Amino acid sequence: MTRPIRDPAPSKWGYRWQRWMLTPGVRTGLRVGVPLALVLAVGGIWAAQDGNRALVAETFASATEAFRNRPEFIMRSLSVSGADEPLADRITKIAQIDFPVSSFDIDLEALRREISDLEAIAGARVWIGEAGTVRIDVVPRDPVALWRTVEGLRLIDGQGVFSGRVETRAERRDLPLIAGQGAESYIDEALTLFRRAGPISDRVRGLVRRGDRRWDMVLDRGVRIALPSVDPAAALDRVIAMHTATALLDRDVSIVDMRMKTRPTVRVSKDAVTASRNAARDLRPIEAMQ
Amino acid sequence: MKDLYDTQRAMRNVRQAAMQRGVIALLDIGTSKIACLVLRFDGPDILAANDGIGAMAGQSRFRVIGAATTRSRGVRFGEIDAMQETECAIRTAVQAAQKMAEVRVDHVIACFSGARPRSYGLDGSVEIEEGLVTENDIGRVLASCEMPDLGPDREVLHAQPVNFALDHRSGLADPRGQAGNTLATDLHLLSVDATAIRNLFFCIKRCDLELAGIASSAYASGISSMVEDELELGGACIDLGGGSTGISVFMKKHMIFADSVRMGGDHVTGDISMGLQVPLAVAERVKTFYGGVVATGMDDREMIEVGGNTGDWERDRRTVSRAELIGIMRPRIEEILEETRARLDAAGFEHLPGQQIVLTGGSSQIPGLDGLAAKILGSQVRLGRPMRVQGLPQAATGPAFSSSVGLALFAANPQDEWWDFDVPAETYPARSLKRAVKWFKDNW
Repeated sequence: MTRPIRDPAPSKWGYRWQRWMLTPGVRTGLRVGVPLALVLAVGGIWAAQDGNRALVAETFASATEAFRNRPEFIMRSLSVSGADEPLADRITKIAQIDFPVSSFDIDLEALRREISDLEAIAGARVWIGEAGTVRIDVVPRDPVALWRTVEGLRLIDGQGVFSGRVETRAERRDLPLIAGQGAESYIDEALTLFRRAGPISDRVRGLVRRGDRRWDMVLDRGVRIALPSVDPAAALDRVIAMHTATALLDRDVSIVDMRMKTRPTVRVSKDAVTASRNAARDLRPIEAMQ
Repeated sequence: MKDLYDTQRAMRNVRQAAMQRGVIALLDIGTSKIACLVLRFDGPDILAANDGIGAMAGQSRFRVIGAATTRSRGVRFGEIDAMQETECAIRTAVQAAQKMAEVRVDHVIACFSGARPRSYGLDGSVEIEEGLVTENDIGRVLASCEMPDLGPDREVLHAQPVNFALDHRSGLADPRGQAGNTLATDLHLLSVDATAIRNLFFCIKRCDLELAGIASSAYASGISSMVEDELELGGACIDLGGGSTGISVFMKKHMIFADSVRMGGDHVTGDISMGLQVPLAVAERVKTFYGGVVATGMDDREMIEVGGNTGDWERDRRTVSRAELIGIMRPRIEEILEETRARLDAAGFEHLPGQQIVLTGGSSQIPGLDGLAAKILGSQVRLGRPMRVQGLPQAATGPAFSSSVGLALFAANPQDEWWDFDVPAETYPARSLKRAVKWFKDNW
């Protein structure tokens, strides 16, 4: 019997190799993993040289720069709205933008924060407007009163926040004056009291917060109205009623004490006491005569 | 017996794992060729999607994605004879099939034809306790079959319950859930030489594969080449292979008998080689090209050139007539068929309602075989080819591949075997205690 010419049986290791290569994980690894590893290796070797990395960084930087400096993004002016002349000047000074500049180089959020930190400003919006304009929209604080402190006169707004300083009272005659510790927290109450002052409002000099608890209304000639801590407006109304009825405040009183609701007390000034005593003495013989 | 039960159960688990992975290889280890098919399972939901259209016999659930055949080496009479060479051949076939399928296969269902199969018909019966047949009862009745003496060094290859009887009703396919008192079963048991199975295990293991099942190739060719009514009414499949001829008798879709004749196409080739004084390769070629079993006058004039292949081309040139060749082939084929006839007679084939005989296997392609077989085996003889399955290459649709295709059907919808049921874990003391309780209940 002749042997067959060739018996194509795979060797044991050849068989195992083929089976291994048919394993799904190995096939995926070869199809995906090997090209990936190759690309990563080539990329890694290329990037391992400093010159190449610098080249990439430089190219990237110049491309970024070129994009940022496109005419569409160039800012040419600053416009401030909602602020009066001196405030707008201050804002412009704070912003300190050297035009022309790319809009990418302006930190709008930081600018907004900086502007909002100004005392005179309640809120600000900063945005990139049309035609290369940086727009700043501010809401200035509205001072409602003057607050006298040891450091001088301050402007104060409805929330009790300082919004500026003035040198003299004469600068803002239109605003009422308050003083005393803790006065800034009760601005609303103070304003109500000023509004209720009515017939005596032209005589009111200001309100003083006493002991961070209650108000004293100071009138001209040093007359004080001591108001209670609870419901001071009603007490003031009573004082005004008394004044209209008896012209109380036109007399020579130094303090009208309303702290006790049931017992308003009037302190008469020293001269008036003397005068009234003298008057009483002068009148006694006349009464005796009658 | 218990260890075989465990082995078969382990193989069944491996088969289930392979089904889950979706890929399994089928290996037909024959004497003349080793065929390997790679199956891909698509899952049962594909079947449900087009229910009633293509799902005949469940074979639409899988698809053949790889097929390879190689010349067999080291196999004689359907048994592994030289393990190294068989291993080489299995590697060749598996590698080629894997390459075609482009997928790695780890699980293999194998079949072989030899190893002297012997059939036993067993019966057992058991009393049903609850009045309704449960799965447990089936396990019990299968366990109650009396085990015959298989002889030394024999192993059970198939143990299939072929019939269930409940009281007076017989012929039940599935008695579960039915009411009755006594459940009886008929079990067909096929035993083979243990060494053959051991060698097969070892050989497959050496190829880095895992065995997910073994089947007799006579059984596999039967289920693939016989049509449904032949399986139902009774019929025999004769798988004329290279080294051995497998016989399987089916009835009611169950194999009830299997045997093998240790003669096949290789013996015909040997006869030609000896008779014509030519090498085996030449004899094989002459057989496949010019072979036949019925000589006519024409065949006397048809001269076939045979050379001794001795290198002496000038002197060693002979011719034989085709009639001469047929004269050599016919007696051997007659002998094979006679032997088959004897085995069928011994099995009582003539008592079956249907007596269809299906000839399949590589040697059934000899021209004129059906006429000769009809004379010897009976009138109802036909040549069978395996059922067509999806994706099978044209080259693998011939009768030589009927056992490979049968393995595919075996893998797709296996028949119940004895080891598919749980053996009741009843120990004698527990049982006697139960019996004592029952006695008390009955008598007090």
